[in-house]
Amino acid sequence: MNNLSVEHLIGIKDLTKEDIELIFQTADSFKDVINRPIKKVPSLRDITIANLFFENSTRTRLSFELAEKRLSADVVNFSSASSSVKKGETLVDTVNNILAMKVDMVVMRHPNPGAAKFLSERVNATIINAGDGTHEHPTQALLDAYSIREKLGGVEGKKIVIVGDILHSRVALSNIFCLQKLGAEVMVCGPTTLIPKYIKELGVKVSHNLREALEWCDVANMLRIQLERQDIKYFPSLREYTMLFGLDKEMLNSLNKEILVMHPGPINRGIEITSDVADSKQSIILDQVENGVAVRMAAIYLLAGKIER
Amino acid sequence: MEKQVILNSKQFALTLNRLCYQLIENHDDFSDTVLIGLQPRGVQFLTRIKNELESILGHEIQCGFLDITFYRDDFRRRENPLIPSVTNIDFVIEKKKVVLIDDVLYTGRTIRSGLDAMLAFGRPSDVELLVFVDRRFKRELPIQADYVGKTVDTLNSERVSVEWSEIEGEDKVLLFTPTKSE
Repeated sequence: MNNLSVEHLIGIKDLTKEDIELIFQTADSFKDVINRPIKKVPSLRDITIANLFFENSTRTRLSFELAEKRLSADVVNFSSASSSVKKGETLVDTVNNILAMKVDMVVMRHPNPGAAKFLSERVNATIINAGDGTHEHPTQALLDAYSIREKLGGVEGKKIVIVGDILHSRVALSNIFCLQKLGAEVMVCGPTTLIPKYIKELGVKVSHNLREALEWCDVANMLRIQLERQDIKYFPSLREYTMLFGLDKEMLNSLNKEILVMHPGPINRGIEITSDVADSKQSIILDQVENGVAVRMAAIYLLAGKIER
Repeated sequence: MEKQVILNSKQFALTLNRLCYQLIENHDDFSDTVLIGLQPRGVQFLTRIKNELESILGHEIQCGFLDITFYRDDFRRRENPLIPSVTNIDFVIEKKKVVLIDDVLYTGRTIRSGLDAMLAFGRPSDVELLVFVDRRFKRELPIQADYVGKTVDTLNSERVSVEWSEIEGEDKVLLFTPTKSE
């Protein structure tokens, strides 16, 4: 198999295990490319990509832009803060206007769940979802699983716990789909109010005790508390959250085994994870960022291959 | 397809041996020269040349594999995107003499991509091309080999295949011609 089963990258839910493995295999080659003296290949010379960010982002946006440039694609950037969206233009109109300038692919982040799918059904371009509200963030899940595969030699049979604000996290949902497709066991851990009620239907374990979860796992993915999405109080205070669900060095050292610590960023140091853990050798946070470029290059390369000339 | 043997294993060994001595004539002890095989089929040829040269010269020669997938000019002109192989060049080729190695030279497009891909590792002082089989007609770019194992004249509908004992069980070069009914 050497082609993806999808035309757009909307969510991990639509991908097959073979798709994910193909992306990883291609990412291996791109990781080699980005560690060369000349970090650029000419594959996408004739492709133009628009990065549309209707929500703030540092890492994802830079990572996509670098990935596109290292494939030699032409890149245009757009962020809603400085655009006509503020004047009342609809999403489809905005995107169609951008496509009228002959753009082949759109990378979009949007605060509304389903925005990427909505767009893919209405405009004539390949869509990559860079996060749609609380729904999915497929490339983050791919780079997380890729980093686990790189560090532990594989994902199958590994135990991964996702800790924190599961309710508001698109990273959690995409990670659950991705890791399960690759044969890993997934547990979510957090305060009762931040765990969706029917999440067990997805086949994940649920825990409300951080120590118990960490003793069980091989990898802990620590999520940020997304205060910007929380319209009501879900827990009494951030200090209490940190006491019950924050990972510190003492806790990490007292475990019966060495686990990997991951974080999708941005980190709130001292809340979900302390500085000494974030900077410890068990933390692979910066490896995740490096792998992000390679994995995004692979996804863009494979999807671009499906665009008709 | 009708199958015809162009080189049998005895002729194959002679040709390989001759190519090695031609290389030594021009590159002396290989102190300034590196060999680079193009993935996937040039690598087997590279391994053979390297082993034979090392047994003649009695010392090691620097070698690498180069994958050209991302440098091809037919991306999006094919049904499926091409899946890359491994690149393994752990030295800088700046100011070195490079011998690019591939099994069959036909349109010249693979070699063009190879030249492009190679430049990501530095600017060599000279580049030469070694191929086992040169399909003389139907070149689409102005590219010629410096060392040729066997030159063959073929039709576009024909196919030439270099087989290696390590992979296919026997060293030989085959020419496939479509039969009239095909």
